Amino acid sequence: MRGRYRFTCGLFGFSFLILLMPTISAANEAGKKLALQGGEGVQPCSSCHGAQGGGNAAAGWPRLAGLNADYMVQQLNALANGTRSNPLMAPIASSLSEQQRKDVAEYFANLTPPTTPPGGDVDQKILKRGKVLAQRGDWQQGIPACTSCHGLKGQGVGAAFPSIAGQPAMYLQNQIKAWQSGSRQNDPNGLMASVAKRLSDEDSQAVTAWFASLPAEPSKSDQ
Amino acid sequence: MTAKDIKHPLRGIRNPLLPAVLALFAFSVNAQDDETLTKQVELEQAPAPGPEGYHQPPSLDDIPEGPFGDSVRSGWQAFVNTRQHPEAKRFVGNKQNCGNCHLASGLAANSAPMWGAWGIYPKYRGKNDHVNTMDERIRGCFTYSMNAGGSEAGGPPEPDSQVLKDMQAFFFWSAKGAPIGENLPGRGYAAVPKPENEISVSRGEEVYQDQCAVCHGNDGSGKFADDGRQIFPPLWGAGAYNWGAGMHRINTAAAFIKYNMPLGKASPVEKEAALTDQQAWDVAAFINSHERPQDPRWEGSKASTDEKWHTHQCLYNETVRGHTLGDGAG
Repeated sequence: MRGRYRFTCGLFGFSFLILLMPTISAANEAGKKLALQGGEGVQPCSSCHGAQGGGNAAAGWPRLAGLNADYMVQQLNALANGTRSNPLMAPIASSLSEQQRKDVAEYFANLTPPTTPPGGDVDQKILKRGKVLAQRGDWQQGIPACTSCHGLKGQGVGAAFPSIAGQPAMYLQNQIKAWQSGSRQNDPNGLMASVAKRLSDEDSQAVTAWFASLPAEPSKSDQ
Repeated sequence: MTAKDIKHPLRGIRNPLLPAVLALFAFSVNAQDDETLTKQVELEQAPAPGPEGYHQPPSLDDIPEGPFGDSVRSGWQAFVNTRQHPEAKRFVGNKQNCGNCHLASGLAANSAPMWGAWGIYPKYRGKNDHVNTMDERIRGCFTYSMNAGGSEAGGPPEPDSQVLKDMQAFFFWSAKGAPIGENLPGRGYAAVPKPENEISVSRGEEVYQDQCAVCHGNDGSGKFADDGRQIFPPLWGAGAYNWGAGMHRINTAAAFIKYNMPLGKASPVEKEAALTDQQAWDVAAFINSHERPQDPRWEGSKASTDEKWHTHQCLYNETVRGHTLGDGAG
């Protein structure tokens, strides 16, 4: 009986997969095409973010592979409407349709992030300070541990708190600067802007170096 | 005036679409006039810090090596990762960690720091009407805030058990250099004056949606990582503190929220707030207008449990959104 049950279940599961396949692959195909070949007036994402979506540490361009899909859609929307100001990305995001944003976000969300951290040439003392900030915060300055919202490994929590482990240090630092200057204002409830404004330049350097020294952790569910 | 009088304005609210407006908190009560209230008297407020600031606990990097240091480290982990700690987790009957209500590993001023509590025990507590040791006080935290009755062990740790020794070693270590027997600046939560307007659960719901739901969820159930570790604690329902925990009191929750939440916007050590006094009270009332695990001091009915144990600023056995609270959740 047991073998038969398993066979029936397997058959059901398989038929279900077959039924789903066209929708999954259609989205992924459209997303993949945009990512690797670009679209009308849009250059391929991979030309800056890497063929595997691993980002570009030297240029400070973020890893997209394994990020939460809803988070990436929100970012494309924000880049298009200016609440996340970025002269390079604004025209690209603006020319993508709502569906294209979803397609490309889903494509990158499903890519496996690189196992090698972007890293950087950083003094051990700085890394140590970064680790303390990341895991415990600095309560004298009103800074909570980064991991209390972004997850214990910096893997991200749902669509509101992105994965920051394995992101290039320069990218993370640029974002902290953007929160500080107000050129990025798309955080839920102003939470990240508030934390960024409490960070000194030295602490920003230390904590971003720490997260860049970690391997990326894919952000899966939010519960 | 009796203690119950301050709760009566809540009763008789009929329209479930018009959540309770809690006029009861708009006037003050002289606690000394009433025997019942004296039993439930709120803790004395901590004084403001002098020019030397708050007590500075040692750095967590400087916990010594050796058996004492090992005990301190174990106590620290039991405090921040209560649900993962090999011993402490047996006594957790909900989804909370100690560090959820005592931020910064229990080391931050105005976030009920453990160095503030260490030197004022043994202490008489109205809550159970006798002198409590720190050991017993922590067991009380397990019973109420951690809902130990619903845990694997079925109750709090045994007196003088290893996990309680370790936690006390951690508290003692964090209080190094602090005077004994003094109400230290930064101890407990800084009380929030009752606002001018009445406390409103419905306004509190708006504050919650705007400021809290992104982390604690629309249904108050918190957020968890894929491995089950808690990221944001549940605020009501089976995973939350129970009806006997200090945090179910609206004044206590308002005081915690005011200088601690939202995380990263408020700053307890700098005593900076992100919410107004009114918002803190309103949202504290909204959060505590939901079911949570039953009061372990259950007296057989909501009415008698209310009468014996809830003569303070809470919504136990009050009707909000058409439901009389106090059924419990589990």
